[in-house]
Amino acid sequence: MNGFPYLLILLLLPLAGAIVVAGMGGAAVRTVRLTAMAFAVLEFAFAVALWIDYRNFLTEGGGSNPFSATVSVEWIPSFGISFSLGVDGISLVMIALIGFLMPIVLGASWEERLPAGRTIGGYFALLLAMQCTMVGVFAATNVFLFYCFFEVMLIPMYFLIGYFGGPRRAYAATKFFLYSLLGGLLMLASVIGLYVASGQVLPSGTLDWAALRQIAGSIPESTQMWIFAGFAVAFAIKAPLVPLHTWLPDAGAEAPTGASTLLVTVLDKVGTFGFLRICLPLLPAASARLAWLFLLLALLGILYGAIVAAMQTDLKKFVTFTSIAHFGFIAMGVFVFTTQAMSGAVLYMLNHGIATGLLFIVVGMLIARGGSRQVADYGGVWKVAPLLGGVFLVATMATVALPGTNSFVSEFLVLIGAFARYPGWAIPATIGMIFAAVYMLWIFQRTMTGPVRGAAVVRPGQPAGPEGEVAVPAAATVPTGAGPTVAQVGPSADSGPSGAGLVAAAPAAVIDSGPDAHGPTRVRARFGDLTRREIAVVTPLVLAILFLGIYPKPVLDVINPTVTATMSSTGFSDPGTAVPAPNGGGK
Amino acid sequence: MGPALLSAVPAVTAGSAGAIAAPPVDRIPAPAIDLVAVLPVLIVLGAACLAVVVEAALPRGRRFGVQVVLAVAAVLGAGIAAVVLGAQGHDVVTFAGAVSVDSATYVMWAGLLALSLVAVPLMADRVAEPGGAFVAQAAAVVGSGRDRRAAAVATPMQTEVFPLALFAIGGMLVFPAASDMLTLFVALEVLSLPLYLMCGLARRRRLISQEAAVKYFLIGAFTSAILLYGIALLYGYAGSVRFSDIAAAATGGAGSDLLLLVGIGLLVVGLLFKGSVGPFHLWTPDVYQGAPTPVTAFMAACTKFAAFAAMLRVLQVALEPMAWSWRPVLAVVAVISMAIGAVLGVAQNDMKRMLAYSSVAHAGFLLLGVMALTERGATATLFYLLTYGFATVGGFAVLTLVRRGGGEAPQLSDWAGMAKRSPALAAVMTIFLLSFAGIPLTSGFIGKVVVFTAAMDVGLGALVVIAMVATVVTAFFYLRIIVLMYFSEPKTDTVGAGMADGPVVVVPATVTLVVIGVCALLTVLLGIVPQPVLDVMSVHFPLLS
Repeated sequence: MNGFPYLLILLLLPLAGAIVVAGMGGAAVRTVRLTAMAFAVLEFAFAVALWIDYRNFLTEGGGSNPFSATVSVEWIPSFGISFSLGVDGISLVMIALIGFLMPIVLGASWEERLPAGRTIGGYFALLLAMQCTMVGVFAATNVFLFYCFFEVMLIPMYFLIGYFGGPRRAYAATKFFLYSLLGGLLMLASVIGLYVASGQVLPSGTLDWAALRQIAGSIPESTQMWIFAGFAVAFAIKAPLVPLHTWLPDAGAEAPTGASTLLVTVLDKVGTFGFLRICLPLLPAASARLAWLFLLLALLGILYGAIVAAMQTDLKKFVTFTSIAHFGFIAMGVFVFTTQAMSGAVLYMLNHGIATGLLFIVVGMLIARGGSRQVADYGGVWKVAPLLGGVFLVATMATVALPGTNSFVSEFLVLIGAFARYPGWAIPATIGMIFAAVYMLWIFQRTMTGPVRGAAVVRPGQPAGPEGEVAVPAAATVPTGAGPTVAQVGPSADSGPSGAGLVAAAPAAVIDSGPDAHGPTRVRARFGDLTRREIAVVTPLVLAILFLGIYPKPVLDVINPTVTATMSSTGFSDPGTAVPAPNGGGK
Repeated sequence: MGPALLSAVPAVTAGSAGAIAAPPVDRIPAPAIDLVAVLPVLIVLGAACLAVVVEAALPRGRRFGVQVVLAVAAVLGAGIAAVVLGAQGHDVVTFAGAVSVDSATYVMWAGLLALSLVAVPLMADRVAEPGGAFVAQAAAVVGSGRDRRAAAVATPMQTEVFPLALFAIGGMLVFPAASDMLTLFVALEVLSLPLYLMCGLARRRRLISQEAAVKYFLIGAFTSAILLYGIALLYGYAGSVRFSDIAAAATGGAGSDLLLLVGIGLLVVGLLFKGSVGPFHLWTPDVYQGAPTPVTAFMAACTKFAAFAAMLRVLQVALEPMAWSWRPVLAVVAVISMAIGAVLGVAQNDMKRMLAYSSVAHAGFLLLGVMALTERGATATLFYLLTYGFATVGGFAVLTLVRRGGGEAPQLSDWAGMAKRSPALAAVMTIFLLSFAGIPLTSGFIGKVVVFTAAMDVGLGALVVIAMVATVVTAFFYLRIIVLMYFSEPKTDTVGAGMADGPVVVVPATVTLVVIGVCALLTVLLGIVPQPVLDVMSVHFPLLS
């Protein structure tokens, strides 16, 4: 069991990367970026190795130990605190997701436009530091250590938002930090409470997860309720469930694309992960007693997130609200207490990371081109940038959970599992799927289809820049009435601002007649299609969406044993005959 | 002066006690005195007396070096003595039961001296403020001819502050070791009087400094009277000033409960005042703001330590039988203190006032550990005091480096864009602020965990939750500084020529640099590997008396 220290490496490698990258102050930008990428890729390689190692652990039976690749060092023994790491199926999936996403996020942030005076080195270093803390929070098997990573995670994200973010970054960063800190400190009260409660059952208190799980049934229910409350508030803020979600749209919108991708795809999963790792196994009585509340919040999130998403005018806020709807599904899967739904929830955590990761990155690419986060500033992008539009379509399909995409499998599992126990909760949640189709297709329609418009419109307060060169007789014909549209189309899309095939004119007419119709008016490219770098960034995500949509078995094989164990510790058994989790997916 | 004072007081009390019990005799029996046990106190007070002589005898030019070396050597020597004696387990009640030296005392002494060791050198900085932070002639009327003349003479550095600090430290050492009420009171006065003076010594902003000194003195004297009245009532109840006798009388339940309860109330108010616990904190913001910053750092770290350490002993030894009566009251006081510190701290625009309110909030957290009345609670409280002290000294040391037009620049707005101007300074300040906010990997976090665990252990869970909420509110104003330092643009004057008026970060003197470095290092180190220090600081109950 104590073989190769995968987890220690997975934890320290990004930290080392962060230090190295931060220390490369004077080096060329290219070197800095490549160094960061090298660390991220190496980390991913170790994550894959860990996955293989865990498969072996499972085939060997695993014994009584719930965790593989364990590392444990005494830390503060007088308070029952040790530095203990280990993975089970759920945390493995999350660690693998981080490892998979990190190179993609770095690639997507390759040419991130940061606020003046900020360097890409600091940005990448913070992203890597973020990765270290996220691996830690998923790998910790001591509740105190879990808490430590949970809180430390705030600091890199705080600086990512506040130092590198958009115009309202200070506000968003502070809101994010205080919200999370409030949850975190209430959780600290619960961690301490758990320690004290364990001291009343055991000879001396402990915060070791395995030991606490042994005594979970012995803690009186009234005590459990109090302890549960602190954890639940922390996780509900982090997840976020609906009444406590208001920090996420601000943070997600103001953070630079890479950071908000990590925020929504991985960091928020810590909340649902916490429910699965701490609340259900360690506080089973309270979890069962309060499940209705979380089902209610989950349903609320599904419907509210969807409705608010549909109303959004800001693209990044839109993505965060779609995520809030999806987190509702995950929370529902956790709290209906069926094996299927819980497997679905874990799978959803992975799939949402991939699907929304793609959506966020694509939206980020769109914003980088258009220079605006407003939905109204885009239109007909598909005609201008067909590849971008195509990838956006894939992300749309995955978000809507169309059969064949990864999200379908998980959403389906959650709903089937929920239906088996609580049809009353499952049926209204199904409406959420319809809402998802509404908001997602609507946004696709507004931005990608229709007449080309908006993207290069000079808005008040933005320097006119290249548009100065454009002859603008057609301004009056632009639908928005605000100015000309500039677009680059044609075969030279990859070559960036080479100037070939540039058009600027009344959009619809020009696009329809092709790029060659206009000769002399040339402007700097503002709206190219995907570059080679961007194609490389999105390809793995698109492939993962399709692969997991068709063949989720490898992941479910890893998840299921842990889910079964978690289920057994909650004391629930599946209603009726236990339905084996489907292996084939949604075909 | 110091040792004489110490031995005289117990002799008197022993005499009076003897007079009641035994038939009158001509000779007062000499109390047993263990001078080895109180060696740390003797070293500090002896050095203080020597420092007075130095001040009188040496020529002005040579005083500074001698005084600094003497003060640091005394604190260091006393600290080593405390550690060695503590390791030997030299536990004894001496001076006829007036001073009890046990494992807890050694821990308190070592902690106090460790904090003094970083706080005292800060007073020796002559670079940030040319000629030191202290006024040339403290007695001169502000703005008078004498004051101007004294200020014009470029003195190397006024050095009265060092003997004063040593006397204060001596009083602080006796304060938590006191085992009877009179020693407690005398120690309180010995530590307070030099502090009143030191508050009025600021070279800049003299009026505000003198105002602080007067305020501190008046309220302090008033509280001393209240404390003394409480002692008198307790004596009336128990017929003795010894802690153990009072506890025994309270357990026996003889006498008037009214005397006892009112006495406890008045006594505790006096102690809470020194610990700047709300609602007895009213002096704190003004004094923190007006005092010279090195003195503020010294007070915030060391006085608080001494006050809470003394509170631990008094509550545990003398008042434990009555815990049912004062614990609910202290619980309310703790909540009020947290609320005042957190809420009013948000409204501050001055760094020093903000840190003052933050210290009021922290005093509320500390009370949770004190109220627990367990070994773990005592250990946790002392550990919290140590971590808080280092972060506070470090924070104030950073404050001395940001200046505007010669004086310090304590306005929050002066800190805008600090990360650009001086990244290292901003990073270090961020560490201290995160420690105050209790973020993991800083010592403040471990301090909070151990204190709150001790409180939860004895069923104070509701208070812990309130403390958590208060922590979030305090975190808001710590964050505000981080936001200013990192996310705001530096405040540049509209025209380039105006740079002289803008805030500047001075290159720190070596001492200040070392102090900041040590504090930052300890703040991080105690957050990552707290166990050795927690082991060393573990206190054994029952405390000797």
